[in-house]
Amino acid sequence: MKDSSEESLSGENGRITGIFDKGAGLNVRRRIQTLWFTLFRGAALVNGFALGLILFFMLSRGWQAISWEFLTQPPRDSMTAGGILPCIIGTLGLALGAIAVALPIGVASAVYLNEYASSGKITRIIRLGISNLAGVPSVVFGLFGLAFFCIILGMGVSLAAGALTLGAMTLPVIIGATEEALKSVPDTYREASLGLGATRWQTIWRVVLPSALPGILTGAILGISRAAGETAPIMFTAAVFFTPKIPSSIMDEVMALPYHIYVLATAGTSIEQTRPLQYGTALVLIALVLGMNLVAIIYRSKLRKKMR
Amino acid sequence: MEKKWKMQAKGLNFYYGNFQALYDIELGFRERDVTALIGPSGCGKSTFLRCLNRMNDLIPISRVEGEVLLDDKNIYAPSVDVVRIRRRIGMVFQKPNPFPKTIFENVAYGLRVNGVRDKNIIAGQVEKSLRQAALWEEVKDRLHESALGMSGGQQQRLCIARALAVEPEVLLMDEPASALDPLATQKIEELIHELKRFYSIIIVTHNMQQAARVSDTTAFFYMGRIIEVGETDTIFTNPKNRQTEEYITGRFG
Ligand SMILES: Nc1ncnc2c1ncn2[C@@H]1O[C@H](COP(=O)(O)OP(=O)(O)O)[C@@H](O)[C@H]1O
Ligand SMILES: [Mg+2]
Repeated sequence: MKDSSEESLSGENGRITGIFDKGAGLNVRRRIQTLWFTLFRGAALVNGFALGLILFFMLSRGWQAISWEFLTQPPRDSMTAGGILPCIIGTLGLALGAIAVALPIGVASAVYLNEYASSGKITRIIRLGISNLAGVPSVVFGLFGLAFFCIILGMGVSLAAGALTLGAMTLPVIIGATEEALKSVPDTYREASLGLGATRWQTIWRVVLPSALPGILTGAILGISRAAGETAPIMFTAAVFFTPKIPSSIMDEVMALPYHIYVLATAGTSIEQTRPLQYGTALVLIALVLGMNLVAIIYRSKLRKKMR
Repeated sequence: MEKKWKMQAKGLNFYYGNFQALYDIELGFRERDVTALIGPSGCGKSTFLRCLNRMNDLIPISRVEGEVLLDDKNIYAPSVDVVRIRRRIGMVFQKPNPFPKTIFENVAYGLRVNGVRDKNIIAGQVEKSLRQAALWEEVKDRLHESALGMSGGQQQRLCIARALAVEPEVLLMDEPASALDPLATQKIEELIHELKRFYSIIIVTHNMQQAARVSDTTAFFYMGRIIEVGETDTIFTNPKNRQTEEYITGRFG
């Protein structure tokens, strides 16, 4: 009896046929795996390397320029000395203004598209519009802002016009991030809420949006911090070559970090002499952008924890 | 005395686009009775259950024909406000789905959205509902902690408490214990026994023993039709239809 059972397990017609011992050995499969993972790790490392390289350049060339005076004073001596305070304030103002414009409109659009609208012709056209908006070059936004906000709406070159232009440019990013965040809210939340006699609006306001908030805010801040570094959208609409004054109203023109770099690096009479200032300004801009991203990331993880 | 009908489906047909999921459903649910819906996967049990509180309205391509009566009024009549209907017909889902809020806020949610503002009333109703769901003793000291930190069985009882808080008349349960371990399942079944004193309960289940244990009436669905309906004892001991018998004895499905 014992014999027969052993026979049926191995051998030609048994359960154990030996076909698994004939193919590529486990060692070969392991080596293939190691090879691919190493390549993929290399690809991932390139990203960190690129950021590291950028930071290294900015730091090594710009750090001498950084001083208390640099951060707290306006430029002097035809911008070959002094600080960049008006630029810092201008860029912060533009970023805040852009977020104030784009966040409500973007979130409202995404909620409408994702939660209310049935997928008909009109929503398809709106979506097409949004994705095309995302592809419009930033200089075109700049010209549009000049024509529409500055001239037609009579805002002139101002913080408001620049913020609106940057906001318009960031809208597709915010809509995209919000839609992603809304899609990641499980439908069972919506059903549970509606099943208790909540209206669709109550469901969105009390359940869906709070759950989506971390994703929305991170997307929004990432979008804005990207926009805050752009030169083209503000060079016709908000930023000026030089103004020592700190803006006191949203109708004032401003200096801005990216435009300041552009000006120093191209238009001055002493381009070489101001190199350290250019790198110093770039360093401040990068710090500002990374700082905003960091705030977004910390805020998101806090919100996520609160919801656990 | 015969209990009266709490809900009735009359000539109900349901379509997902061109696909007909339910055919000519005629089924009544008595007051303070437990009705089990059984049948193989994909036969339309969930679809039918979701017709009973118009949850299927959310699916854009869907279409309903026929009537569903709640206290003799058609809930699909154009004059009916679906939001009010859903408050009167509570629903418990297959997977526990508490909101990412505190235990207290989960139960209070239905009160708040239905316009209850008074803090004392809300607190009282939350406690009452948690007691009804046999959860109060376990959570009374951590009402303000997140509901997502509870065990699966506790989460499901929380979802039941959340449904009870808005004082529904009917309770729909779609395989409420299928994601739970045997002990948690037993608790849910005991709970159903308690709750049927006040509510009409309609429960979908894949578990034949569960259907036999908890229900008074059983309806067997197959391919979108009701094949047989009757008292649970009769269905399980002496089914009239051969398909019913094969299903409950485990020979198919
Ligand atoms: N949202 C939907 N869209 C299209 N078809 C669906 C949808 N939900 C369910 N169905 C189909 O309807 C039939 C019944 O499904 P369901 O009611 O979930 O069955 P059960 O709950 O009995 O397992 C199945 O054939 C299923 O594929
Ligand atoms: Mg189902």
